[in-house]
Amino acid sequence: MKGQRLGWAPYALLLPSLVFLAVFFAAPMVQAFGLAFQNDAGNWSLESWRTMFADAQFREALVTTLILIVILIPVQFVLAMAMALVINARLKWSGLWLYIYAIPLGISELAAGIIWFAIFTQQGWLNSILEGLGILDRPYIFLNYQNPAWLISAVVLAEAWRATSIIMIILVAGLQGIPRDFFEAADVFGATSWQKVRRVILPMLRPSVQVALILRTILAFQAFAVVIALAGGGLTVLSSEAYRWYSDYRDSHVAAAYAGFILMLSVVSTILFLWLLPVREEQQG
Amino acid sequence: MAEIRLQGITKIFDKKVRAVDEVDLTIADREFMVLLGPSGCGKTTLMRMIAGLEYPEHGRVSIGNRDVTDLPPRRRDISMVFQSYAVFPHLTVFDNVAFGLRMKNIAKAEIKRRVEGAAELVQLGPYLERYPAQLSGGQRQRVAVARAIVMEPAVLLMDEPLSNLDALLRLNFRAELKRLVGELKTTTIYVTHDQVEAMSLGDRIAVMREGRIVQCGTPMEIYDRPANRFVGGFIGSPPMNFLSGRIERSNGHLQVGLGDQMLTVPATLGGRTAGEVLVGIRAENIEAEAAPAEGAIAARTEVVEPLGSHLLVTAAVGDQKLKIQARTDFPARPDAPLWLRPEPDKLRWFDPESGQEIDAR
Repeated sequence: MKGQRLGWAPYALLLPSLVFLAVFFAAPMVQAFGLAFQNDAGNWSLESWRTMFADAQFREALVTTLILIVILIPVQFVLAMAMALVINARLKWSGLWLYIYAIPLGISELAAGIIWFAIFTQQGWLNSILEGLGILDRPYIFLNYQNPAWLISAVVLAEAWRATSIIMIILVAGLQGIPRDFFEAADVFGATSWQKVRRVILPMLRPSVQVALILRTILAFQAFAVVIALAGGGLTVLSSEAYRWYSDYRDSHVAAAYAGFILMLSVVSTILFLWLLPVREEQQG
Repeated sequence: MAEIRLQGITKIFDKKVRAVDEVDLTIADREFMVLLGPSGCGKTTLMRMIAGLEYPEHGRVSIGNRDVTDLPPRRRDISMVFQSYAVFPHLTVFDNVAFGLRMKNIAKAEIKRRVEGAAELVQLGPYLERYPAQLSGGQRQRVAVARAIVMEPAVLLMDEPLSNLDALLRLNFRAELKRLVGELKTTTIYVTHDQVEAMSLGDRIAVMREGRIVQCGTPMEIYDRPANRFVGGFIGSPPMNFLSGRIERSNGHLQVGLGDQMLTVPATLGGRTAGEVLVGIRAENIEAEAAPAEGAIAARTEVVEPLGSHLLVTAAVGDQKLKIQARTDFPARPDAPLWLRPEPDKLRWFDPESGQEIDAR
């Protein structure tokens, strides 16, 4: 297509999505930043940011969010990679596995949180099973605000269950773009399965890995509904603080500051991934 | 010693397609064996079973007196040049060539020595630090070859390694490959659908069709005495001419009638004395004459193609067409009559039903 005269056609085709993005994404984002840097009187000010940083919950929300990310991303990545390799091995029924793995993708974040709540709650499935097996003689309260380790574990489990297949789908798409000859060459030249993954598959999959990690990390910074459903007020993350400031304290300025802070963290993490996993043109087939 | 023995190898795809059907083949140590056939004949599948990339439903593969049928590729002491090259894009030329050695945990200094040696052999010395994307197709091909030979394997497998190169590169690299493999003296199996490549490279050629080996022999044997009509038509450019004739007996001698003309034949035709027979003769084994001559068959010129070194003449005997290689000074003209004198000892005879050669010697 290079050098071909296309006239206005490409711009016309781009226009609908540009308008959509401008109206529903760019404008609210600019507004939110405006709110974050203004005080109640409508003057420019860093007051909301000072309030946010000074807030007793801020530190806890930030630490919890980071813990979630530090645990979730590697766990999900390893799981997703394993699932993707199972599917790409084209064993019998591998199509079926793809659908099973993808089921959580069809379930909303809040519904996923409620499903796991139903598992972990006092009269939930987990307690029923453990009691039935005689391991517990009375229900154990997993989701207790005095026991943040359990709360975080439950959130990690629910998030991993809900969102691992997003990573998997990106990795499967990437894997299917790699000609099988490369895997066979690795086999012929003596690579074990692990060496094949480490020396051939992961490096060749780098563009997909990069996209998957960036996407998943951004989504993890926004984790909200699952946390609310499982932990209620027992566990706080950055986006639930934004929500709390907006709906409980009716302070849209501090809420906007939280939103802006999440955006900045997302940008920093994206830059970090781009820098840690550079995709060099000469290294692509 | 790396003799390869294939016994009753059968590969069935989708429970019904017999891609490779009961193949028996022994390849001698240091032999260069070419598997030749049209696409879909099972040659690549057969090679992949020797590599361990496919497993046969029946039969055994042994390399150097070791049964490797159930072993994965990395335990077979083989290496392979892929048709697509499969040179890893994320590794430099050096790392690509070193890949197999590193998997074997060979000492760093020795890897360096061997990689540089192999790169020298295929003239990649100056490119060791480059990435494949920065190389031409021909250079990538050399990386694939270097990566295979650096392993010093018992068996070298090559799957259509020249088919992605342009014509001139292919011609040059063919000769280079022949020299290289000749120096290495590694047992080599080479898959191709190109009969010229097969002729030029192979110590022996196994011609395959529909999952079976239809003939196996030296290039000259296969060219000179094709075992059946398929091989004669597949090997050689132009392919062997085939004319159908009728065996007749006159004055106690056997003759074969082509239309209303008679062709003198050897004393016996495998014991046949009547019926249809297929005559095979190669274009270069027919002498063209511009005037009637004793024992020559009258024909009519249809097409004349000057090919520089010779003329390729398409002629018709009755309603049967054949191609003749004539000297460039032969006065060929479309629609002009000409007379054909086949070399008697180059005539080959085939059964018209089965297509199999009839031994008339």
